[in-house]
Amino acid sequence: MRRVLGLLALAALPVAVLAVFFVLPVSGMVGRGLWGDGGFAPGQVLEVLGRPRVHRVVWFTVWTSSVATAAAVALGLPAAYALHRLALPARRLVRAALMVPFVLPTVVVGVAFRELLGESGPLAGLGLDGTPWAILAGLLFFNVAVVIRTVGAAWEALDPRPAEAAAALGAGPWRVLATVTLPALRPAVVSSASVVFLFCATAFGVVLTLGGVRYASVETEIYLLTTTLYDLPAAAALSLLQLLVVTALLAVSARLRATPDATVARSVPRPTRVGARDLPAVGVTLLLLAYVAAPILTLVLGSLQTPDGWGLGNYRALGSTGEGSALLVPASTALVTSLRTAVDATWMALLLGVLVSVIVTRRSHGRAERRLRALLDGFFMLPLGVSAVTLGFGFLLTLGHLRSSPVLVPIAQALVALPLVVRTLTPVLGGIDDRQRQAAGSLGAGPLRTLLVVDLPVVWKPLLAAAGLCFAVSLGEFGATSFLARSDAPTLPVVIFRLLGEPGALNYGMALAASVVLAAATTVVMLLVERLRVPSTGAF
Amino acid sequence: MLSLSHVHVDYDGAPAVVDVSLDLPDGSVLAVLGPSGSGKSTLLRAIAGLEPARGTISWDGRSLAGVPTHKRGFALMFQDGQLFAHLTVARNVAYPLRLRHIGRTTRAARVEELLALVGLEGYADRLPATLSGGERQRVALARALAVEPRLLLLDEPLSALDAGLRERLAGDLAAILRASGTTALMVTHDQEEAFAVADRLAVMRAGRLVQEGATAEVWGAPADPATALFLGYARVLSGDPGRLVLGTERPYALRRSALVADVDGPLRGRVVSARATPDVVRLVVDLEGVGEVDAVAGPSGAYPGPGEQVRLRVDRGRVAPVGGS
Repeated sequence: MRRVLGLLALAALPVAVLAVFFVLPVSGMVGRGLWGDGGFAPGQVLEVLGRPRVHRVVWFTVWTSSVATAAAVALGLPAAYALHRLALPARRLVRAALMVPFVLPTVVVGVAFRELLGESGPLAGLGLDGTPWAILAGLLFFNVAVVIRTVGAAWEALDPRPAEAAAALGAGPWRVLATVTLPALRPAVVSSASVVFLFCATAFGVVLTLGGVRYASVETEIYLLTTTLYDLPAAAALSLLQLLVVTALLAVSARLRATPDATVARSVPRPTRVGARDLPAVGVTLLLLAYVAAPILTLVLGSLQTPDGWGLGNYRALGSTGEGSALLVPASTALVTSLRTAVDATWMALLLGVLVSVIVTRRSHGRAERRLRALLDGFFMLPLGVSAVTLGFGFLLTLGHLRSSPVLVPIAQALVALPLVVRTLTPVLGGIDDRQRQAAGSLGAGPLRTLLVVDLPVVWKPLLAAAGLCFAVSLGEFGATSFLARSDAPTLPVVIFRLLGEPGALNYGMALAASVVLAAATTVVMLLVERLRVPSTGAF
Repeated sequence: MLSLSHVHVDYDGAPAVVDVSLDLPDGSVLAVLGPSGSGKSTLLRAIAGLEPARGTISWDGRSLAGVPTHKRGFALMFQDGQLFAHLTVARNVAYPLRLRHIGRTTRAARVEELLALVGLEGYADRLPATLSGGERQRVALARALAVEPRLLLLDEPLSALDAGLRERLAGDLAAILRASGTTALMVTHDQEEAFAVADRLAVMRAGRLVQEGATAEVWGAPADPATALFLGYARVLSGDPGRLVLGTERPYALRRSALVADVDGPLRGRVVSARATPDVVRLVVDLEGVGEVDAVAGPSGAYPGPGEQVRLRVDRGRVAPVGGS
């Protein structure tokens, strides 16, 4: 009983924060769908879901997400092998480079792909601009890193001996892969695939910038219904649908995220030399590298083009409010706002994330406690899947009176980043043998001292990595921020989106330049994070 | 026949196996014995084709260089079995049979036969996670034998088990290997395991092969003092102490029971410590002109306590010449 009370005390802060800033807004949003003007009216949800346009939107979301997920897995697996099992030169750098898209602001990616595929872009000949393929390319660009990270971390820690045993029993390399390695990796593959599907299905910035009004996913449709058509019940109905699907998917992925078998002694394999049969995997990795580099390069080149030739004019213009005063504040001020917000969001997410991680990884005594922990674990994962737009919109509905408060944006961003922190920390904390803590305790160390002696030495690096990840994610967060940022204090992604919507070559150039600045900032942060060599960073 | 000729293996840039040459006749069981870090496991992995090696590893005169692991026809059994956790016992054992496209009925019969051979009838549908350590090793053995390997490679097959089980399984392993006529190479750091299972011994130290031969030969004449001590001899005497105790200056290795307390014994000493075991009383005696040596006293009756004088005689059957002397 005392243990359960202790658990609840520890959980109080994260639960309270999540309740006020997550459950309340989301349920406010859902309530909007279920309660009409005249009371409880679930019928209007069904009416909305019966609309042909909604059918189209849902179908579009499902098929693009499925195809993008399949492609991410198909390309991510060989790359995970090449980057985590082979002794490739500069593989850490390549890993970091492939991780950059994941934290790149969605708006930036949208802009980059438009530059690449658009009328004057180098790949204009493919005629992909404005087609669903452009959206698919954007989704894949973002999410292949998730597969590489998750499967790669599992593959790296995979005991090589079962595979060796199979080889010694006469199984050829492909046979070993199919009968031993892939079954062992299945939890990681399925878990990353379900998370990628989730990310694709709730993608916002990419679909909005690349799809326009012609192609809408559930997420952008919610945005459109809210901000342009003011059809709040319909938006709420879609949010509700999304919430249900996402929760179901999260439950499935949590089930599949099987805990690794800690009972057997593992030997960590050395990376092997690259052999002839590894060439396809290396080829796929290089292809992905090119795929990631191409839009970014086009973006950089585009940002250096001014009406009067090559130059830094677009960057200099970031100190202004744009052509025809498109902005209320200069872009440079928005950058400062972004950085300041990211710092706030980072410490908030870390504070909550550490508490949550400690709560869910401590060993349970008894069934009630175990159930409670599992429940809390699932609860804290919810922000992972609930669309940022739903969250942002819910904030507006329920916490509207707080709207002028500057804390709203960092809190929303912290909630978006919270699952990433938890997913980075829990494998590490869970990997600490509880007997170490017991040993420290038996030697006379109090709980705090145990934390310092046993947990901290193992956790400080993942903690730093999580902080970096949070910072990068917060810098690029667009979905929730676009709802919440005050017009006189926008963040850089909001400014970029605004500039894109304004006429004028300078405004477009400024959007490109601001995107490069944002991308550079997140890239630097990710390179630093990669230096910490925490395998669980960005893995699910 | 397996032949190694001047085999070198580097592990992470450091030499792990240095210039090893040996032959293993068909049907024999060789134990490669060495302390941890002696390079014995690396040698085994090189034979299996899991580590790149220099020199020649050949089978029946044909070099295995360039032949990948799965085409060598050797089976490898790991310290902890390495069963495939997602397959049942029967499917684990059937795994190599499936690879060889053996029909369902033959396969089922063969699996049953193999499980009977290792004493695990009725375990077919269990998952590895539900088995004890000893059962897992038996399944691993059955799986390895299913290949009908030209050579069975065993990497510390019994080390992960507790003492009683290890002894029993060592006997079973020896019997199963002989019954199936399997040529085997076992790596171990435990000399008792080696004696129980193998009929040939190879001793490795610091990457080099120190001695190789029939078990009794190696045991009867260790190549050098360090080998003698590793094989379980208590002390090696040579020079003056050797002359005093054994009447020769050439080095001899003494087992712990080579000196026996005997009132008529020719050697005199003072007991430093005495420790009773179920069979005998083990003494440490300070022998004049020699220093401390191990000795035993009969199990029954009074035995000398620390500080007392004692007389000892040499049991000639429990000493062995060292270095081919």
